[in-house]
Amino acid sequence: MISIIDYGVGNLGSVKNMLKYLGIESKIITTTEELSSADKIILPGVGSWDNGVAKLKDSGLLSVLNQRVLTDKVPVLGICLGMQILLDCSEEGELPGLGWIPGKVKKFDFSQTLKENNLRIPHMGWNVTHNVKKTQLTQLIDVETRYYFVHSYYAEVINKEHELMTCHYGYEFTCAIHKENIWGVQFHPEKSHKFGMALIKSFSEL
Amino acid sequence: MGLAKRIIPCLDVDNGRVVKGVQFVDIRDAGDPVEVAKRYNEQGADEITFLDITASSDDRETTVHMVEAIASQVFIPLTVGGGIRTCEDIRRMLNAGADKVGINTAAVFNPEFVREAAQRFGSQCIVVAIDAKKVSADGEPDKWEIFTHGGRKPTGLDAVEWAIKMVEYGAGEILLTSMDRDGTKNGFDLGITRAISEAVHVPVIASGGVGNLDHLVDGVIEGKADAVLAASIFHFGEYSIQQAKQRMTDAGIEMRL
Repeated sequence: MISIIDYGVGNLGSVKNMLKYLGIESKIITTTEELSSADKIILPGVGSWDNGVAKLKDSGLLSVLNQRVLTDKVPVLGICLGMQILLDCSEEGELPGLGWIPGKVKKFDFSQTLKENNLRIPHMGWNVTHNVKKTQLTQLIDVETRYYFVHSYYAEVINKEHELMTCHYGYEFTCAIHKENIWGVQFHPEKSHKFGMALIKSFSEL
Repeated sequence: MGLAKRIIPCLDVDNGRVVKGVQFVDIRDAGDPVEVAKRYNEQGADEITFLDITASSDDRETTVHMVEAIASQVFIPLTVGGGIRTCEDIRRMLNAGADKVGINTAAVFNPEFVREAAQRFGSQCIVVAIDAKKVSADGEPDKWEIFTHGGRKPTGLDAVEWAIKMVEYGAGEILLTSMDRDGTKNGFDLGITRAISEAVHVPVIASGGVGNLDHLVDGVIEGKADAVLAASIFHFGEYSIQQAKQRMTDAGIEMRL
């Protein structure tokens, strides 16, 4: 059973839809009681940093969430803003993140790239990812893997061993992070068709 | 290898059926929206746009159910447009499973709505749809104007200036339709596509006029669009999404194959 945390940020339905399609049991949760019995957690999220961090704090789930993830080592997957929040801080806002993985969130800066490249912000669409280390989530099929992205900010981890996947947009950036039972992806596996399904399925089998 | 350009089949839905009109009249039936969306998903479409062109608001509920049905079986981004006038409309569509909403006429009558929507839901899900027509005569400098009501009512708004304003207000993407070309199969209006693509920093989707696969190539290479939208060439089986992607790849455009 995968528990999807509803803290009022983003489209939870699409994550649930994909899990259902894959035949994986899931539940959208809002209470500490539900979180206490979660054996896998998905932390979704879209929108701005401060709004997301504040909503997560207001949800009243934080202390139990910290305990489940940091003490009980329950596997957690952050998606998009849900991945960014795993880090310490962001150029997009003032509030502190969860700080589970050391690093910060930066805005794309193309001032050093050629204007002819015509790089848009947000980075929107299907881009190729590269696995940096082999884990249960990245031992996917050895073909060109594309996921769907939509974001203007990206993760910069302090410790390189927490980098799980990279992607190129103007320059190389970290698009997935990992530390022990904590996983995060900047792209949207729930909108990334077969590769997204494979990743979600791997997470469910951890 | 980097970010791929996108092909977006568009479902114009009227009374629960996919239709396609020439210049929004002479409507032909192209099937059940859920079945059509599933087919495009399987063929490798990069996104799907669902445009509710039903005149009466009584059928909103039908649209919500259809969006739910599509979102439960189609795992690529889904944009829903048509009749989005309030934040409540947006909330309902996002809850039904849409990833983005298209705001068209409501933006023209109340630009602040775009700002409010972007603040509340995030720019990433706000697509501003622009219906433009060329208003300059031959020999004059190019000028395009925004039209509403299926291209019948002029607004006096310059299309390029409007696009810039909408991005300032929080649009995360621009869906640009040439009302001169829509349904004609003569290709995109590349002039306006390029003018807007060069004027804004958010992605631009070219729409209106696709009649063959070379038109899609032109939209990206000459129009500088980030994505191309088409309906009838796919609905009636003239071309598959794979064929379109192959043609674009052959032309040197990076695609998700």
